[in-house]
Amino acid sequence: MNRRWIDLFSRLFTLLTALACFSLVAGVALILGDVVLNGLKHLSWEFVSTAPKTGMTEGGIFPALFGTVFLVLLMTVAVVPLGVSTAIYLQEYAPAGSRWVKLIRMAIQNLAGVPAIVFGLFGLGFFVDFVGKGIDRFFFDGALTFGQPAILWASLTLALLTLPTVVVATEETLRVVPRSHREVAYSLGATRWQMVRRVVLPQAVNGILTGTILAVSRGAGEVAPILFTGAAYYLPYLPTHLNQQFMVLNYHVYVMATQSPDVDATLPLLYSTVLVLLMLTFALNFAAIIIRSRLRRRLKAGR
Amino acid sequence: MAATSVHQGNPPAALETPKIAVQDLNLWYGSFHALKNVRVDVLPRKITAFIGPSGCGKSTVLRTFNRMNDLIKGVRVTGKVLIDDHNIYEEDTDLIRLRKRVGMVFQRPNPFPISVFENVAYGPRIHGETRRRRLEELVEKSLRATALWDDLKDRLSTPALGLSPEQQQRLCLSRLLAVEPDVLLMDEPCSALDPIATARIEELAVELSKDFTIVIVTHNMQQAARISHVTAFFLLGELLECGETSQIFTNPKNEKTEQYITGRFG
Repeated sequence: MNRRWIDLFSRLFTLLTALACFSLVAGVALILGDVVLNGLKHLSWEFVSTAPKTGMTEGGIFPALFGTVFLVLLMTVAVVPLGVSTAIYLQEYAPAGSRWVKLIRMAIQNLAGVPAIVFGLFGLGFFVDFVGKGIDRFFFDGALTFGQPAILWASLTLALLTLPTVVVATEETLRVVPRSHREVAYSLGATRWQMVRRVVLPQAVNGILTGTILAVSRGAGEVAPILFTGAAYYLPYLPTHLNQQFMVLNYHVYVMATQSPDVDATLPLLYSTVLVLLMLTFALNFAAIIIRSRLRRRLKAGR
Repeated sequence: MAATSVHQGNPPAALETPKIAVQDLNLWYGSFHALKNVRVDVLPRKITAFIGPSGCGKSTVLRTFNRMNDLIKGVRVTGKVLIDDHNIYEEDTDLIRLRKRVGMVFQRPNPFPISVFENVAYGPRIHGETRRRRLEELVEKSLRATALWDDLKDRLSTPALGLSPEQQQRLCLSRLLAVEPDVLLMDEPCSALDPIATARIEELAVELSKDFTIVIVTHNMQQAARISHVTAFFLLGELLECGETSQIFTNPKNEKTEQYITGRFG
């Protein structure tokens, strides 16, 4: 090939990559633009603070908003300690390269590959029927208390789904903590736990939070795992106990889009609901980023 | 290389009880025989330098004194390392207490990415010290011992990583002194420093040797000659010669030692 062909090819390739990039940005811009423009029309304080009315053609989305936040918070409370402890065990305690560790890592990777709907069915079978009914039998004389779809079971199912995200992100950051820092800690007479607690974990906070952000975004977006385990089609009241069902934004979107008696009347509400869902996800991400940069600054300042 | 005759001249002050006595120490990394029948004494409140070409085992010997080699997989040790007449390879050895008494400074300055104060307070904290006042005392005392106090007393809460390499290495020494050890192991402590900083750390080591037993591993023969009282020369996992530094450098008994210190190999 002569020089000119090579030049031409190189330009063509530049163009192609730029095009790919552009189409991506354009796609995101289109979706966001459509949602924002149409969603803003109906968005008001009333919309986010009241319950749906008259077959979801009027009213707001407050129960769904509340349910989503509650659900994601519960999920985070469950998944972060479990995921972080798992990562610490794998990275710091388990004998490196042992068959046992490889098996756990493989299991976690497979967990990440399981379709969300399977988690939903698992949640129903394990949490609701097995754990929930079991609790009812032993503590409530068989009275239906926990043996039903509920926000607790839904959040635990989501926690399972997002567990690999947290484990992998945490492991990554534990791995980059310099070996020399561990050595120093040991050479000063630290036990393994003291080394982990005071040397490794403070430096891993960023990665743990990144994993949590990813988990939260993923958790807030999944419908399938909560479909059988607690999400309600329509509930006029807010969940006040862990064993109650709840409305959730993304399922609400699905319901409005497919089950509405009057599609035209529902459409503006639908747009606004999607906009709120997006804003919520962004807000959660943003909050986590702020926490992260604060912690990073504090870590640098050294407290 | 052919086996050479081994001269293990004891240091002249052998009447003094050694702080550390290494007896027939053998160490394997997996199947690699890294230390072969090493016998060496370390005298209290003196600087003992371990010299020798890379891979000769000098750092490995150093790391047996606080059992840091235990962290490496597949390490096997036979023989004895007596510190104050107690064999630290005895099964009942409390590693935490051992490492509190036998501290280590590493090749590269490695302060934690936290404040100056927290770096120095780290050791006392893990050993259970929670009283703020006591921690402050220890930090001040340790920073004074390494001549950092006057420079840093107003910057205790600034990040340690912002210090110069020399200050960082001093800080690492302070961090170590704060747990109140009596043996300081220095594994090429100046290899990441410029000549001026090196000279000042050497001065500090000499100063500290009034109170502490110091073992320093170094590639730098001038350094060994300048600051140590006793020098031990290692080659291929064996101790070839050990004696008073002036004797080793002016009148080595072993031919290999002479070749090494005159720069003919290494």
